[in-house]
Amino acid sequence: MNERMLVATRKGLFTLTRNNSAWTIASTAFLGSPVSNVLHDARDGAIYAALNLGHFGAKLHRSDDGGKNWRELSAPAFPPGTAGEPSVQLYWTLVAGAPSQAGRLWIGAIPAGLFRSDDRGESWQLVDTLWNVPEREKWFGGGYDDAGIHTVSPDPRDPDRAFIAISCGGVWETRDGAKSWKLHGKGMVATYLPPDQAGALESQDPHRVARCAAAPDTMWMQHHCGIFRSSDAGATWTQLKPPGDDFGFAVAAHPKDGATAWFVPAVKDEFRYPRDGAMSVTRTRDGGKSWETFRDGLPQRDAYDLIYRHGLDVDETGTRLAMGSTTGALWVSDDAGERWQLVNAHLPPIYAVHFH
Amino acid sequence: MAQLHFTAWLRDQVPNQPLRADGTTVGDALAAAFTQMPHVRGYVLDDQGRLRKHVCIFADGRRLRRDVALTQRIGPDSKLYVMQALSGG
Repeated sequence: MNERMLVATRKGLFTLTRNNSAWTIASTAFLGSPVSNVLHDARDGAIYAALNLGHFGAKLHRSDDGGKNWRELSAPAFPPGTAGEPSVQLYWTLVAGAPSQAGRLWIGAIPAGLFRSDDRGESWQLVDTLWNVPEREKWFGGGYDDAGIHTVSPDPRDPDRAFIAISCGGVWETRDGAKSWKLHGKGMVATYLPPDQAGALESQDPHRVARCAAAPDTMWMQHHCGIFRSSDAGATWTQLKPPGDDFGFAVAAHPKDGATAWFVPAVKDEFRYPRDGAMSVTRTRDGGKSWETFRDGLPQRDAYDLIYRHGLDVDETGTRLAMGSTTGALWVSDDAGERWQLVNAHLPPIYAVHFH
Repeated sequence: MAQLHFTAWLRDQVPNQPLRADGTTVGDALAAAFTQMPHVRGYVLDDQGRLRKHVCIFADGRRLRRDVALTQRIGPDSKLYVMQALSGG
């Protein structure tokens, strides 16, 4: 199981390590600055941190020595003259390219620009084929002023294929190395739209999508309006019906078992906190036919923790999970989500948790 | 040459002393400063070259409106302050 995790928060980046069964903070970086997300690139060990400096814009840093020293990189930006005159507000997700694509990185941003680097983040290009799709006119912000890309999922079988998800702009796939994009998502339903438009693909709000590493056609989605599963790499989706609340932001897919995934439910969108202030994690192990709800080790009263899109992670074994909340609580499970242990109750609001 | 002072929040990016820069407008003076410190441009201007939403500039004792700040005319003895706007938190 992974013994190290990166936690991106409203007040800096925290690296935690596990020693003698206890997780402790091993190092900090960027204290005081919002770190919107972080990536450990398993291909070369580099760590990338995205900062969201409220006054001075979004910035990107890289460490080549495990987080001891950091260097600011060129910040991915919309070129002058880009349609709509956008400016990056936030780097929402940082993703490594395929193992065969040395140096390839992806960033999904708000506004919904997809940026690509082929030199470990030294330089970046806007993927204008996506920015220029005509459907972009119908995208809109979900919790932010502008639409944003929070999920970028390269297909491990084919470096020319990648899947992305946009809040609120649906799900898209390229099969030709980002030369062109196809809008997918049949089966999703948006109840925040007029009934006759509820199936409009370009207006869906997939909060987060997770793909099974060993079965890449299997994807799980926490959508604004429920939970969905795809068995054809995101082309079509089937709504699942867990007991209780099906609202939330985060989802984790078992890396080896395409039938297993985890979600963290909250009361639906006008509330956004655990029902009755009692936190739980739901798991299915049969593709969504049946569900288990776990509460052991999680607060069962007066808890208003919400787990954001990137705040839940599962390690490479599928056994250890971690989740960090909007109120700065961090939990770990060593038995596939059945029992949880509080690691820290007093971190800053947590945006992202990643094992490595 | 106008004198440019930057907020202490940017102390990691800008030396702790005023800079001298040529220019007949605020935008020109900043552009001259950015030729000396290209990495600072993205902290003050957005992707499209506009003054960032939560950055404010004072010129000769007056806070400039964001939409006209960069075109504000300045003199050779002007003092400019580039500050964080508290609207940004």
